[in-house]
Parts: sequence; C-alpha cells; structure tokens
Amino acid sequence: MRIVIALLAGGLFGAGLLVSGMTDTAKVQGWLDLFGNWDPTLAFVLGGAILPMLVAWRIAARRDRAVLGNALPQPSEPVIDGSLIGGSALFGFGWALVGLCPGPAMAVLGFGGTNAMIFFAAMIGGMMAWGGRSLIRRGTPA
Amino acid sequence: MPLDWIYGLIGGLMIGTAAAIYLLVSGRIMGASGILGGLIDGSGRATAVERIAFICGVIGVPSFAVFAGYQTQTNLTGNVALLIIAGLAVGVGTRMANGCTSGHGVCGISRFSVRGIVATCAYLGFGFVTMYLGRHVLGVI
Repeated sequence: MRIVIALLAGGLFGAGLLVSGMTDTAKVQGWLDLFGNWDPTLAFVLGGAILPMLVAWRIAARRDRAVLGNALPQPSEPVIDGSLIGGSALFGFGWALVGLCPGPAMAVLGFGGTNAMIFFAAMIGGMMAWGGRSLIRRGTPA
Repeated sequence: MPLDWIYGLIGGLMIGTAAAIYLLVSGRIMGASGILGGLIDGSGRATAVERIAFICGVIGVPSFAVFAGYQTQTNLTGNVALLIIAGLAVGVGTRMANGCTSGHGVCGISRFSVRGIVATCAYLGFGFVTMYLGRHVLGVI
C-alpha cells in the first residue's frame, strides 16, 4: 500500500509540475528575472501548492498517526545555521543558472533529452559528494 | 501566454494535493531532494522501495503525457558547463540545506516552519541575484 501511495503521490506531483509549466526552464528563469521580462507564473504554482498543504497540516495537527499507521513528521527545531543558509544560497545559484530544481529535474528526464540527463547526473554527483562528506564528518561508515 | 497563471495555479494545486496525500496517508514530507538524496547517500535505505516508487511516478507520468502528445517544451540550455555547474550546485546545496522548493517551499511554508521560510528566502534571493548578474551583467544565462 505504501508503494502504491508513493507512486500515486509522485505521479500527481510530476503531472502538476508538467501542467504548471515548471518543467519549462524559461518560465522558472523568467520568474527569477526580476529585472528583465518577469514571469509571475511560479508565484501561482507555489501559492496553489501551499493551499492544500495548509489544510493538510491542520488535519495532521489533530491526529498523531498517518492513515498507514506511522507517526506524522514532527516540526524540526527552528535552527537557522550556516548549512541552511549556505546550502539554500548554493541551490538558488544553481537553480537560476539552468532553471531546474530537484523535482522538475526528475520530471523532465523522459523528454528533456541529453541535457536533462547531464543536469540530473551532475545533481546526483553533488548529492553523493555531500553525502560522502557527511559520512566522513560523522566518522561512521554507512 | 495570458493563460499561463491558470495552468500554474491548477498545476500548483495538483502538487499541493500530492504533498497532502503523501503527508496524511504515508506520514511523510514530500520533498524531492530528500526523497532522492536519501537513496543516493544511503540515509533512506529503510524506505528505499517507497522512495523509488515515488520517483517512478515523478518521472513516469510526465514522460507518458508527453509521449501521448501533451505539448510542452523544456527550453533547457545546451551549455554543458552550465548544466554541470548548476547540477552540482543544486545537488550539494539542497542536501546541505536539507530541502528544496518542495520540502522547504511547499511543505515548510504551509506549516509556517521558520527553517522553511528562511531557506525559501535564501534560495529565492540568491536566485534573483544570480539571474541578474548572469543574464544582465555577464550575459551567460
């Protein structure tokens, strides 16, 4: 059942990215281009996505378990550190350069050609690099 | 196109509904970088099958739609150096910050999470600056 729900949520997420235009890097870069030909679409996408989640978090607050039985995710400690700011800054930099964030980077894999695959491979490389670094810091093998 | 914002809103509602289902039914945060990254660095080994199923959905449904004739374009750059630098930055950055547009943006802001809001301000801010410098000053984007 978990696998079916994950497939369904992933599929709906992917379809939403496609319909909203977030798989079109020109629209994403247009949103970031405040001083050029600014495209407000992404604000509608983010706003539209937040609405169902506002309701979902309210429902979640009144339950202690998800439908499938496991505990609902607890709020993280509100720690604002260098990793959060620095990582987000680095992400914003890469996001602007090409116009893909991790969700759309996956969603375009089937029709974005070689360029989509190159970006995806580099992104995986970056994730591996950071994962490896974290393992070394903790001093424990995976 | 004048209708773009309507498609944006509809697509956004679909994304938010997906996140709501994943939260309430499966009890998980729908964050693209977290779901993928947990597979890459081994931290999500216990839930690997669920993660793979989610990713199959994300890749499969848009691919099928385009294959079936849905008209769209990616407008992806063909500049390989740019693709690699950006991909590395997005990969390292989202794991370092523990979230991206879906995790910090959609799931975080809707929960009024301080971390989510700060992260979103940071990546948007750096995105705006990078776009300004890269497109209007250096002309490389």
